[in-house]
Amino acid sequence: MSLLEIKNLTVEFQTASGPFRAVDGVSLKVDEGEVLAIVGESGSGKSVSMLAAMGLLPWTAKVTADVLTFNGRDMQAMSDSDRRKIIGKDIAMIFQEPIASLNPCFTVGFQIEEVLRIHTDLGRKARRDRAIELFQSVGIPNPEERLGHFPHQMSGGQCQRVMIATALACNPKLLIADEPTTALDVTIQKQILDLLMKLQDEHGMGLIIITHDMGVVAETADRVIVQYKGRQIEQADVLSLFSEPKSVYTKALLAALPENATGGRLPTITEKLTDAEIFAGAVR
Amino acid sequence: MLRFIFGRLAVLIPTFIGVSLIAFSFIRLLPGDPVMLMSGERVMSPERHTELMHQLGLDRPMYVQYFDYLGGLVTGDFGSSIVTKRPVLDDFLQLFPATLELALCAIIVAVLLGIPAGVLAAVKRGTWLDQSIMGVALIGYSMPIFWWGLLLIIFFSGYLGWTPVSGRISLMYFFPQVTGFMLIDSLISGQAGAFKSAVTYLILPTIVLATIPLAVIARQTRSAMLEVLGEDYVRTARAKGLSPFRVIGVHALRNAMIPVITTIGLQVGVLLAGAILTETIFSWPGIGKWMVDSVFKRDYAVVQGGLMLIAAVIMIVNLVVDLLYGWINPRIRH
Repeated sequence: MSLLEIKNLTVEFQTASGPFRAVDGVSLKVDEGEVLAIVGESGSGKSVSMLAAMGLLPWTAKVTADVLTFNGRDMQAMSDSDRRKIIGKDIAMIFQEPIASLNPCFTVGFQIEEVLRIHTDLGRKARRDRAIELFQSVGIPNPEERLGHFPHQMSGGQCQRVMIATALACNPKLLIADEPTTALDVTIQKQILDLLMKLQDEHGMGLIIITHDMGVVAETADRVIVQYKGRQIEQADVLSLFSEPKSVYTKALLAALPENATGGRLPTITEKLTDAEIFAGAVR
Repeated sequence: MLRFIFGRLAVLIPTFIGVSLIAFSFIRLLPGDPVMLMSGERVMSPERHTELMHQLGLDRPMYVQYFDYLGGLVTGDFGSSIVTKRPVLDDFLQLFPATLELALCAIIVAVLLGIPAGVLAAVKRGTWLDQSIMGVALIGYSMPIFWWGLLLIIFFSGYLGWTPVSGRISLMYFFPQVTGFMLIDSLISGQAGAFKSAVTYLILPTIVLATIPLAVIARQTRSAMLEVLGEDYVRTARAKGLSPFRVIGVHALRNAMIPVITTIGLQVGVLLAGAILTETIFSWPGIGKWMVDSVFKRDYAVVQGGLMLIAAVIMIVNLVVDLLYGWINPRIRH
């Protein structure tokens, strides 16, 4: 049984100019201990599909799926309060902008202990000890002191470590990392990725990394899903995706990587391929 | 924190001097003088006029009068009324509790109703509920206060007979003034029915005075809340599995309160200084009515002193708002 299983997920938003389909027929499976990367350009529906799976989209979004299960439980049939017992505890998520993702009005200590208060029976002292332990595990120095700091007193990298510590607070079975390194410096990116991979390995949890960075994919993922304009274009294990991409879009995407450049201007995808060609070449 | 408070207090000094200058000069720009207005319809000889002006010290050069006045202020002397000869500070302290009681009741009503209404409108954005709340708020904001007050009096006092028309408490009750707040004094007096009477006298003026701040606070809360609800940290809060009540009531509201607190502070100032219409409609014996009467009598000392004291109160309220602001928004504190 897969940890997370999604079949034919569709998300539509009502807009002034009629319904807009942000995600169209996405299917995926993640097992425990597996790292899945979802790649695609901006607007390819990567984040939206994961937010939909967690039930975090606004009510204006219409989410449908043939199957949407976590650990064998049907997420669609669940009440909101039942789903809230799972998200934040068994499924945790970290986001792209670590500083903006933390509430500026509360100390980071409050924000990490809040998860423990909601999802565990730990007392005040035990929560604090656990928070210190978590801060240590994500490499935040002087955790006791840091717990009393506000997000604006920390760097972006530190804030992302706080986000990761918060996500890991209840030992989740699945962690969804939505572009966890995009807003960070290159050196910090590497540290955060290494940390994520180390923690994933230690906890044996499933990890979904949403990214548009092929370098991140190559470094982290076991399997890869390529998305374009809300549709799934290709799904493959990481080695075969890089060595023998099957869809025309993936080929064009890889050709556009700076490290594959042969000189002159980098090729762009849209000047070579139309949407119709991309969708026709999809290999699901 | 102490540095923050002292910094704010230091700013008060030039502000205070500015207010004193404006208060001093503006009342003198009005045509007529106290002596002329005191004489009323009677004819006064120019000699007598000059003599009285001299007695009151009003024939000295303007700057001498101003520095004399300023010197008094430094020692806490706000001067005495030209008409009643009573010290301005005494009159102010006697009348201010009535204004403060009314203003506090109004702001409490405005905050207790305005914030939940604004939050509800934001959370239910675009629904009939949002539109109704905002529609009512717009009506409240646009309504002329005197007309609204009269409508309420006609309906609740005249037609239904539920509330009294004017004053602070029924004439049946009499007790010594302890705090100056009728609600508290009536409770202390222990007279049966006194507190209830004080409440019934307070209801209509409170509603009238609270209407505009209520509308302003509701609208401000809604827009602040709408902005905050789209923030990343609200998504994080939801991703933690927190209940909608906690996401909105703790994570979003705390941030949305930052601009709302400023609005509330400004409204408190408006209420304290601007209760004039409400006090006049309901014959509420507060400082608003006192000031208006003094302007008509060209009672320079009262107008100057009253303005200075009102300005002082508003500055204190602003200081409290600044402190609250620092407390609620850690980015200012640190």
